[in-house]
Amino acid sequence: MGKDTQNALEAEEFPHGAGRRGPRVRSDCWVGIEPADSGGLSIELESTVEVYYGNSLREQIAVGCALFGLEHGRVRVEDGGAYPFVFMARLESALRSVWPDSCARWLPETVRAITETPGERDRFRRSRLYLPGNEAKYFLNAALHGPDAVILDLEDSVAPAAKGDARILVRNALRTVDFGAAERMLRINQGDLGLVDLTETVEHGVELVLIPKVESADEVERVDDHIRSITEREVYLMPIIESARGIVNAAAIAKASPRNVALTIGLEDYTADLGVPRTEAGGESLHARNVIVNAARAAGLQAIDSVYSDVVDEQGLAASVREARALGFEGKGCIHPRQVSIVHAALAPEPAQVERACAIVVAFQEAQQAGLGVVSLGSKMIDPPVVKRAQQTVAMAVATGQLAQDWDA
Amino acid sequence: MSELLKTVLGRPVPALINGRQAIPFAGVGARRPQGNRAPQIINTCADYPADGDKRVGSLREALERCGFTDGMTISTHHHFRNGDLVANQVFDIAAEMGLRDLMWLPSASFPCHEPQVAHMESGVIHHIEGSMNGPLGAYCSRGAMAGLGVLRSHGGRWQAIQDGEVPIDIAVIAAPTADFFGNATGDRGPSACGLLGFALADSLYARHVIVVTDNLVPFPCLPWQIQGNNVDCVVEVERVGDPEKIVSGTTRVTKSPDRLLIAEHAARFVRDAGILREGFSFQAGAGGTALAFGIYLKEMMKEAGVKAGFVRGGSNQYLVEMLEEGLTPVILDGQTFDLEGVRSMRENAGHQNTSPFTSYNYHGKGCFASMLDVVILGATEVDTSFNANVVTHTDGRLLHGIGGWQNCLAAKCTILAVPSFRNRIPVVLDEVTTLCGPGELIDVVATERGVCINPRRRDLVDAMAGSRVPLLDIHDLKREVERICGGAPARPAFGEQVVAAIQWVDGTTIDSVRAT
Repeated sequence: MGKDTQNALEAEEFPHGAGRRGPRVRSDCWVGIEPADSGGLSIELESTVEVYYGNSLREQIAVGCALFGLEHGRVRVEDGGAYPFVFMARLESALRSVWPDSCARWLPETVRAITETPGERDRFRRSRLYLPGNEAKYFLNAALHGPDAVILDLEDSVAPAAKGDARILVRNALRTVDFGAAERMLRINQGDLGLVDLTETVEHGVELVLIPKVESADEVERVDDHIRSITEREVYLMPIIESARGIVNAAAIAKASPRNVALTIGLEDYTADLGVPRTEAGGESLHARNVIVNAARAAGLQAIDSVYSDVVDEQGLAASVREARALGFEGKGCIHPRQVSIVHAALAPEPAQVERACAIVVAFQEAQQAGLGVVSLGSKMIDPPVVKRAQQTVAMAVATGQLAQDWDA
Repeated sequence: MSELLKTVLGRPVPALINGRQAIPFAGVGARRPQGNRAPQIINTCADYPADGDKRVGSLREALERCGFTDGMTISTHHHFRNGDLVANQVFDIAAEMGLRDLMWLPSASFPCHEPQVAHMESGVIHHIEGSMNGPLGAYCSRGAMAGLGVLRSHGGRWQAIQDGEVPIDIAVIAAPTADFFGNATGDRGPSACGLLGFALADSLYARHVIVVTDNLVPFPCLPWQIQGNNVDCVVEVERVGDPEKIVSGTTRVTKSPDRLLIAEHAARFVRDAGILREGFSFQAGAGGTALAFGIYLKEMMKEAGVKAGFVRGGSNQYLVEMLEEGLTPVILDGQTFDLEGVRSMRENAGHQNTSPFTSYNYHGKGCFASMLDVVILGATEVDTSFNANVVTHTDGRLLHGIGGWQNCLAAKCTILAVPSFRNRIPVVLDEVTTLCGPGELIDVVATERGVCINPRRRDLVDAMAGSRVPLLDIHDLKREVERICGGAPARPAFGEQVVAAIQWVDGTTIDSVRAT
């Protein structure tokens, strides 16, 4: 095909389309559909992986169209090496644009069984890596960078017109991408759109839902109720407070649902709400961050800090994490995979802390073995919360490699 | 259609390569090359100006004086990379003179050499023996070239010239600085490229040698990397190269988080396997991942308080920093990748220019490649037997030269730093499309998903016990890649026609490339 013909085709409008289109698209594809009343199905496929996966792509197109009952018309696929779950999402998205009321769903196989219960309530949430919900290429390797959590984001990183595409893509990613040990978080949209997000995705392995721009407890309750109407599974919640009003109501928001496990703050929107610039020193948001920590601790939740937006400034990030830890935060949002290890390093306990924590844990184990109710170290009695804190410190030291797995052997 | 033979690894190779008998690859170390060096015609000072002034008026005049005629083999070097302005001119002149059936023997080709396609179509160039990528690779891959493409490593090219396998009629050496006698250097002048090591064999063994420069200096040109005593004519031109395309102003490290992770895995492997120790040596290429590897390694060297004994370039600003910060006493440099490398070569006594003879030639009394503790290389594909491909894409099209890649496999530890898949194209396969390096020489495959150690290297497996670097069986990695990509990729349908031969470092033929 000549270049001109190709350009003409690329510019050709289809009544229904989904995905990403253009010569520079990689690891994604675009699907256009023009249904007809007769004449059978005509399939046009252009793919950078034609040599390797052309046949399987054609088979998949046939399967997807059959599922929705598309028998006549044109299906055009422009593929830049979309992985199967991405390709399936784009085709489903285009077909659902033809039949918005169809109940058909084309689900990829799950990488592992979706469990009834997520991980522990108070697991580490030191780093949570944001993944723009409509950018498939970032999903596959996200877990390799070792974040405690990945956030599949349907909110600010997804353009309004792409919300539907992103929802289906995220659902498929939840099922089939191996996110390893990372907690699978989902950031939904505000209001009714957020409930649609949940309907599409929550059954497919979401472990925690971030609710954006929360200003009152009833917003959390609404999400809680909606999840209960969909699934029996336990799903945790993390409200994000991003306004002055939200800060005023922080304590109520923190206590709004038994599903709440953490509370966090969005500083870009918060400073915009105050009408002041966000500074490196952060004096304008110090009060709000203190409130978040207090509200979280009072409700027994983890307090998690906002993101650090300069991905190049590694020292700035490390300093910002140390400052957050000093305020009482236990985690930080990451907008680039390379931020993860910096956040973990900055949150790692000091060697002296680790040493003391080990001594306390050993004393606790000895007390248990001896059947003693009271733990003591030297001449001092150790309270249960101190033991718990020491256990967490030891676990973190093991996670960061400061301690060997079998340190107490 | 020439008869096909099989290598010891079962790969088909043509029995005849451009009229020469091919020797199929028989195994690593199986062939002991013998014989004499290529005979050299003895010249006499009586035929050269006593005042040493070998200048002639134009490149055409120089070529004519060297007896430029049909069927000759013409060599050029690639130190100007994509900024070369000389190689194309030689064949434009050949076309003007109505010559035909020339063979071009570049030390490598670049996209700037696309005009050679027209010279092949018109019959001026019969075929190319050298790396082919971009438009030249596409032309050769579709079977349009009159002769077979022959791809050799840098060491293999030296060996082929030295052994007389490929006699060069005229070597045209573009030089950033030269004097009228033909002494030449690459480390200074407006088109400075660092060194001229890839042209050294040509200057020693070609029947005729022409030096072309845009920076003529009074005799003697110091230092001289090319000795004027080997040169027939000197031509002064306005420009030999486009400086912006010769070396990059600054070297760019990859920003891709996944490639950084590959580099980090490779560097942590080198540290945890105990290779990183006082006096060790390493070589990393110029790609983004290799550069990032160097940066991680440097941090680890500082942490461990360890200094290298020597490092091998491709030099760049990062290697120069290591030299100038005292982390290595020496850079043994084969080609310079950025302006910092060029500056350092001029200014630092420890920045030594080298050639394929010192670094890579297998037909000699040793070479540096086998002395290296560790080398980091790329690849387009690797299979579960650790065989690797560096010249073709998975669809079989030629897209890279071999460069020093095959030669570097002689290092004590060879690490391929590669993604396990790219845009749904698996890199880890059951069998590589083109076999350029035998798996027994490839010790480690470092990917974003973890590090695979060749089971032959029990010592490395043992050394990594207790390391936190994720270690993987290569078969498990392949299964994971196929799960992600949607099964094993279908293999391309190749035509019958062999379009190129892949030579091994000992002069045997290790694989062939067929038309796509």
